[in-house]
Amino acid sequence: MWLTRPLQERSTQVFLGVLFAALVVVTFLHLFMPQDSALHVSAFTVTLLGKYLCYALLAVAVDLVWGYLGILSLGHGAFFALGGYAMGMYLMRQIGDRGVYGDPVLPDFMVFLNWLELPWFWHGFEMAWFAFIMVLLAPGLLALVFGFLAFRSRVTGVYLSIITQALTFALMLAFFRNEMGFGGNNGLTDFKDILGFNLRTDATRLGLFIATGIALAIGYVICRGIVTSKLGRVSVACRDAEARTRFLGYRVERVQLFVFVVSAMLAGVAGALYVPQVGIINPSEFSPLFSIEIVVWVALGGRATLYGAVIGAILVNYAKTVFTGIMPDAWLFALGGLFVLVTVFLPKGIAGLLQKRRKAKTDNDTPTGQEATA
Amino acid sequence: MSICRSLTLLLIALVCLLSLPATAQEDDPGKALLINLADAPASKVEEAVNAIVSSGDERARGWLEAYGNNRLSRVKDTGQVVLVLNNRGRDWEIADPLTGENMGEMSRRELDRVAINNRIRGQLEGILAMLDLNAKDPDVREASAQDMMGKVDASLVAPLEARLEQEENAAVRNRIEEALAIYRVGEGNLEAVDVLAGSLHPRARAALNEAARSDNQELAASATKALESIEQKLKLNRAAETLYFGLSLGSVLVLAAIGLAITFGVMGVINMAHGELIMLGAYTTWGMQQLFPGQPGLALILSIPAGFMVAATAGIIIERSVIQYLKGRPLETLLATFGISLILQQLVRTVISPQNRTVVTPDWMSGSLVINDALSLTLNRLYVLAFALIVFAGLMLIMRKTRLGLEVRAVTQNRAMARSMGIRATRVDIMTFALGSGVAGLAGVALSQLTNVGPNLGQNYIIDSFMVVVFGGVGNLWGTLIAGLSLGTINQLLEPWAGAVLAKIIVLVFIILFIQKRPKGLFPQKGRAAEG
Repeated sequence: MWLTRPLQERSTQVFLGVLFAALVVVTFLHLFMPQDSALHVSAFTVTLLGKYLCYALLAVAVDLVWGYLGILSLGHGAFFALGGYAMGMYLMRQIGDRGVYGDPVLPDFMVFLNWLELPWFWHGFEMAWFAFIMVLLAPGLLALVFGFLAFRSRVTGVYLSIITQALTFALMLAFFRNEMGFGGNNGLTDFKDILGFNLRTDATRLGLFIATGIALAIGYVICRGIVTSKLGRVSVACRDAEARTRFLGYRVERVQLFVFVVSAMLAGVAGALYVPQVGIINPSEFSPLFSIEIVVWVALGGRATLYGAVIGAILVNYAKTVFTGIMPDAWLFALGGLFVLVTVFLPKGIAGLLQKRRKAKTDNDTPTGQEATA
Repeated sequence: MSICRSLTLLLIALVCLLSLPATAQEDDPGKALLINLADAPASKVEEAVNAIVSSGDERARGWLEAYGNNRLSRVKDTGQVVLVLNNRGRDWEIADPLTGENMGEMSRRELDRVAINNRIRGQLEGILAMLDLNAKDPDVREASAQDMMGKVDASLVAPLEARLEQEENAAVRNRIEEALAIYRVGEGNLEAVDVLAGSLHPRARAALNEAARSDNQELAASATKALESIEQKLKLNRAAETLYFGLSLGSVLVLAAIGLAITFGVMGVINMAHGELIMLGAYTTWGMQQLFPGQPGLALILSIPAGFMVAATAGIIIERSVIQYLKGRPLETLLATFGISLILQQLVRTVISPQNRTVVTPDWMSGSLVINDALSLTLNRLYVLAFALIVFAGLMLIMRKTRLGLEVRAVTQNRAMARSMGIRATRVDIMTFALGSGVAGLAGVALSQLTNVGPNLGQNYIIDSFMVVVFGGVGNLWGTLIAGLSLGTINQLLEPWAGAVLAKIIVLVFIILFIQKRPKGLFPQKGRAAEG
């Protein structure tokens, strides 16, 4: 089975091991260390880490299309945000009559806009299962339609990057409009509870963090499964020589479409887990800057490695937290510098460095090996 | 003793000169007129005002204006009529109405306001307009005639007709006729309707609307007909206006995108920092205006070469420091230049200010070109439109007629071959990138006249610019021109019924779909270069 194959891989085992160890350690430190202990992990930190894990999942999704399919998507933030909005709509409906205006059906912003009834696309979101399906379906459908059109007409490379950017930009403008029915500028916020658990309690936050960790693990295994399967090999072939693959008889556009849609769905899941943890979703998640930032996480971590994307996402976002805390002005300098340095000096990212070191080590162990292969 | 004599003569002459104003004041007919006005009982005020008007005195306007504003007073002791410049507080600042000389302050208790009644006040506006109608400057006359539209009453008809007899300027005549016609339509005059049918002025339309609702069937019918013909003309004018705004927006897009068309289209380098190069050009304009305070026009003209140089230098630095190492890796170039754009933005925020800067528009660029009552073209947009076309023509010339252009095209088509023919490809790369960046700087100079100059200026244009280049067909300058102008026009056409944001979304979606249909844009490159 393609899904179980990765579990026998050494790299996947290491990754999952580290991830689960981290989850267990954080949970332990949060629950069993006394509040005043230096080792205690506060609920705030747990949520922060949960946010990083969401970004990590998003980065894995981007790495899947960029690293293994050669498509530089500058619009993955759109899929992330769509998943987030689907979750946000569910959470909005859960507020019920506890909103400021106390309307049992309409969310606050609709009452504020003098709307009399729920728009049709809001129906069904009061049910968790429906909302969770939409988390996958909304980004998936967008990716399907967009990808179908783009890959069929063989829009690739830079052109594709630019139109994905235009896509997320257009969506951002659209979601900023109050008439769209998604809360306009302010987005969706003021959530109360999820699946009956109060979002403000520490236990729920910890639960969400663990859920995000598990989602990342599953997402990683799925991606790993895809890239090690035959389909994954064809997709790498598309990346390296699209025309040649086509001439060999593969339906390049189908491979591209499949991988693209899977990646979009993963991004949607990341968004859905992100929203209850940060407590808000607004159109700024659609901004082209955010989408392009994701690419830099992947580039820093190392393209086409998957675990590199996770490292990159966590590192960059940790740096962002630190920088914006101590000197907010410097963050854009640092981020901009990172873009330049990584692309010019570190084309394979951190993962590339690690591989190089490992390779150097194995080469040292077997000094004759090189001559043999040469 | 001729010196002594001439000195005496000079002295006498001086004394005469100095005493002249004094004697003039004694004999000034204006003094009598004002005192007449101040003395007049309520029934004679109108006569006194008319006397002032018919005197043809140049100062009459100022007097009557002051009179209407309750600022004409009489000093109780001397009986002199004075202008009150400032009537706040206890002491009022006064001036001599005859010479305009400031007479200092005087307690308000010593002053007696020249009384005015509401009837006269109501007429005063028309009277003042009549005074302007006699002005020497035809522009003033036209403006006052336009002012009078809809305000004509029975008392003004005769003087207006008299004025019409004398008037030689066609535009002013036209206005007076329209002003009279508005009054006459109100009186039920059918011929006047025909006069108004040719007018696009809103007051003329208001008068006709009134007439169309009147009980007089014949009048109503002809007024309705006239309104229909006006509506037709208005529609045409509105279409022309939309087209103008569309072309103006298009010219901005062309300016923003044309530099990109060179770096991206010709060189294949994706420069995400292009928007920030535009921003640098805009900030150069601001900087030049700080260097030449009070001379915004000169500063703006100097900004054109300066903006080009600043952006071109920045472009060369970017090319040498980053892009040359990323040759043949377009996606990496995209990321690296995006990083540069972030750095440049933050640099401007830190060094200058996160707030928007104001760039002054010189006098000769502000205001608008009035075509008719319904259509006027703002001058700054007109200049930018012309500037965009000039820049485009200049670039075309460089690419087609100069050695640099030839070399650029050669390197684009076949780098290896061009190099073996002795072209220094690296130098061509630098020059091309500098040219494209410099043009971005020019765009910034132009944009500083239309939008806010702030750190986010470039970001707002980068996506649009890429859209224009891709839509027009990469590597094709004509394509960029046509794509920019048409996208601008489409956007403006959509705006009235979709709103600004939705129009933009529709245009973006349209381009996304268009690229699916024709991935190489409107005007795809043909020949060997296309296969690259």
